[in-house]
Amino acid sequence: MSLDPEAMAPPETPWQEFLRIFRKDYQALFGFWVLMLLLVSALAGKALTEWWVVFDPEVVRLTDKFLPPFSVPSPDSLPTDRPFGGIYLMGTDELGRDVFARMFQGSFVSLSIGFVAVGISLGIGILLGGLSGFYGHVKLWCITVDTLIMRFTDAMMCFPTFFLILTAVALLPPSIYTIMMIIGLFSWMGTARFVRAEFLSIREQDYVTAAKALGIPEGRIIFRHMVPNALAPVFVSATIGVASAILTESGLSFLGFGVPPPDATWGNILSDGKGFIFDAPWLFFIPGMAIFMVVLAFNLVGEGLREALNPKLRSR
Amino acid sequence: MNSTTSPLLQVTGLKKYFPVRSGIFSRVSGWVKAVDDITLQIKHGETLGLVGESGCGKTTVGRSILRLMEPTAGEIKFEGEDLLALKPRELRQARRRMQIIFQDPYSSLNPRMTIGSIVSEPLKIHKIAKGQELQDRVNQLFVKVGLRPEHQSRYPHEFSGGQRQRVGIARALALNPKFIVCDEAVSALDVSIQAQILNLLRDLQQEFHLSYLFITHDLNVVQYLADRIAVMYLGQLAEVASTEDLFATPKHPYTQALLSANPVPDPTAVSQRMILSGDVPSPLHPPTGCRFHPRCPQVMDVCKTAAPPLIQIGPPEEGHQVWCHLYT
Repeated sequence: MSLDPEAMAPPETPWQEFLRIFRKDYQALFGFWVLMLLLVSALAGKALTEWWVVFDPEVVRLTDKFLPPFSVPSPDSLPTDRPFGGIYLMGTDELGRDVFARMFQGSFVSLSIGFVAVGISLGIGILLGGLSGFYGHVKLWCITVDTLIMRFTDAMMCFPTFFLILTAVALLPPSIYTIMMIIGLFSWMGTARFVRAEFLSIREQDYVTAAKALGIPEGRIIFRHMVPNALAPVFVSATIGVASAILTESGLSFLGFGVPPPDATWGNILSDGKGFIFDAPWLFFIPGMAIFMVVLAFNLVGEGLREALNPKLRSR
Repeated sequence: MNSTTSPLLQVTGLKKYFPVRSGIFSRVSGWVKAVDDITLQIKHGETLGLVGESGCGKTTVGRSILRLMEPTAGEIKFEGEDLLALKPRELRQARRRMQIIFQDPYSSLNPRMTIGSIVSEPLKIHKIAKGQELQDRVNQLFVKVGLRPEHQSRYPHEFSGGQRQRVGIARALALNPKFIVCDEAVSALDVSIQAQILNLLRDLQQEFHLSYLFITHDLNVVQYLADRIAVMYLGQLAEVASTEDLFATPKHPYTQALLSANPVPDPTAVSQRMILSGDVPSPLHPPTGCRFHPRCPQVMDVCKTAAPPLIQIGPPEEGHQVWCHLYT
């Protein structure tokens, strides 16, 4: 038996293999860099609009209403209210607020809503899907755990999510945390189905049987052997989930049920701008474009991850 | 060692039925009798080959013995201990003494664990070794099965089928078991690798005084490795005999047909193929009487109604058993 190291496949960890494939995918790379830019701007936005107020999104300057992008403040505006750098990069809105500063602040809000909401939905989805997939055959009275959980999931899926969220938001006190919670609580169904399907197929794999035969405790089998193998598709759907959470939040804000003012989000900048489409198109165009880019970027990255993580598409 | 008095493993009346559900209320509409009343024993240091065609319940027997499936009925005594009566805690301890090697070396190793951690995990879980001692033990196991210890940090996908099967063997050996179920352990490998793995299994058997239940459909493999052979047909035993007896004087018509279908590595040999007509009947509705009767070339009227009794061929200590009306 020749066991020369040369005779074997070059040592490449799954991670290296993943990187190699992901790097070749230009669309996904583009999306990835857009997201990096967004991440940086979200963190910088939080820091520069709230902690060290370089860009103040809340200053109202009635003398500088509806200035287009790249315009300078009018001479009669108060010197203390002048924007950083002496220029309105993205113009001003109907109250003379700096759109750039508001977009900057909004990027953090949008991104954090996306991540927290998806975090909540992943938590619920993995838990319920995992329970259903692993302990599905256990009977409670006359129905199995699997039936119970999956029929509940189906019932949740029956509702048009957006209207369900809209109703819940209208009934609850408006705040950014309520929005995060509600979007998370109403979007875990896809994840639960994914995880259940993965668990059902992984449970029958020989390596799980082997772990059982070795007397490895059930909890360890689930978390060490099954979850890591089930997570790849979940991760992909989570990436796309962030995009749809951001979109949902924008939609809610646009309809006036979103994050309450004075917190700026892309959705309510858009919503505020909708009355002035012809007078001040940048109020509409800038947040709309930003939402479009971010959602596109998340989707491209999600697709790229799907390709790179799917072992069937890999060249062996 | 009291190998003559008590067997290592005594399986009595093992049954495993799978429910068939249908309709909207998932009512049980029938039972697939995958294993129906199997009795066999394995002595210390012995290899019992279990042969039969696909779907006859070989794998179910192996997995039921290890309690990877819960048998429907029967008794399994391992070193005098009733495995079916064990509580989950005790069962986990008992698992140290019996292991399994799988057919498919591609799905039997967790793709997200290094082969080193695959082999060391059972040692850690059962608190057999830790630290340097654990590392030494894993290195030792790697050398024993013919792998390089320095490859421990690699992942399963970097290895060939034969090498992966060696990892599977090292994992099974980690807990120092007395009994290993080899479930088609070499069927997925190509012939030259098969020979290497078979030799490895044989060497390990001598070194660690292992007993094997060797499940396969390949008669050449069992002839090489097994001391005794049990032939299964549709969930029941047809014949059990020592390897020499079975190949020299097969008694059951099914065994005879099976042996005649086995290719002989001699181009001048004139083969007398015994062709069976029809297919294996569904285990959902097995034939009455002898399960082999619809395909048996020597079928008699009694075969269609009465289940065949156990017949001892020759002196009982030779242990040649056949379930067939021809010898009553």
